[in-house]
Amino acid sequence: MSFKIENYISNQPSGNVILFYKGNVDSDVINNVLDTVEEKMVEVNEQSKLRKKVYNVLVESLQNLYHHVDRVPEDFEDQTAERYGLLVVEKVEGGYRIITGNFVHAENIEKLEEKIKRINRSSHEEIKELYKFILNHQRISAKGGGGLGLVDIARKTGNKLEYEFRKYNDKYSFFYLDILVTEDI
Amino acid sequence: MEPIIIEGTPKTPTVKFDSAEGVFEIKGRSIPENSVEFYKPLVDWLDSYKEAPLIKTVVNIRLEYFNTSSSKCILDVFKKLEAIHKAKNEVEVNWYYEEDDEDMLEAGEDYESIIRVPFKMIEIVE
Repeated sequence: MSFKIENYISNQPSGNVILFYKGNVDSDVINNVLDTVEEKMVEVNEQSKLRKKVYNVLVESLQNLYHHVDRVPEDFEDQTAERYGLLVVEKVEGGYRIITGNFVHAENIEKLEEKIKRINRSSHEEIKELYKFILNHQRISAKGGGGLGLVDIARKTGNKLEYEFRKYNDKYSFFYLDILVTEDI
Repeated sequence: MEPIIIEGTPKTPTVKFDSAEGVFEIKGRSIPENSVEFYKPLVDWLDSYKEAPLIKTVVNIRLEYFNTSSSKCILDVFKKLEAIHKAKNEVEVNWYYEEDDEDMLEAGEDYESIIRVPFKMIEIVE
């Protein structure tokens, strides 16, 4: 079976892709991605407010992959990666688009989708309160995540989280998260 | 007490906790994957300092970036400071943010609303 993960990104990136990565997401990869994207934004003199937002969102997206991805399906082309993820960073009008992708076990889909839906139906003020509530009441999980990543991304971007689950087989789906970081919020 | 002095790295902040001066500083970037590992020694150190603090403790937080997993650890640091303050010692937190960085200002305000310690928000103008 051929499942080209990049083929299922809705609204295919247009050609202003400044970074494309798929493979294992470890600490070194995260460092390299952050350095590369930061350098590229400095090169084009991106204003510091937008630069910081993009950097922050990238850190959270990558560390979400690092802490939360499920193992790849047994018949997937890349079996070497312990934490398999996809990342696309694209320059768009007025900002940047960050797309991440990872495999999710069928039984984990509902919980993740419920979390995203809750964030997406909240106002900016509600997201701020949700952030503070989780910060103050939830402990860091065994996986090392704080449960705040998606909430923080929504808060910092001010945009809804676009997402999609593409079915891979009965046990797995591939989860795409499409984040828009724009200048004027 | 031995001071804590940690040099910053691209992912972890510079830390100076000096119990003789009563001035504590966290500065730079705090975006490690495993933030508990980094912050636990700081929280433990504050636990000891709490037993015999100076009359006045000043805390300077000057972060450029921090990730959400650090945000919980930073809250743990503040909770220790809150305990010191509650025991009738003076504690002051100076929260620095760059002039266009509203997110960093808001992050400071989040802590200010959770922790009962006086905060000062200080804008860094370049």
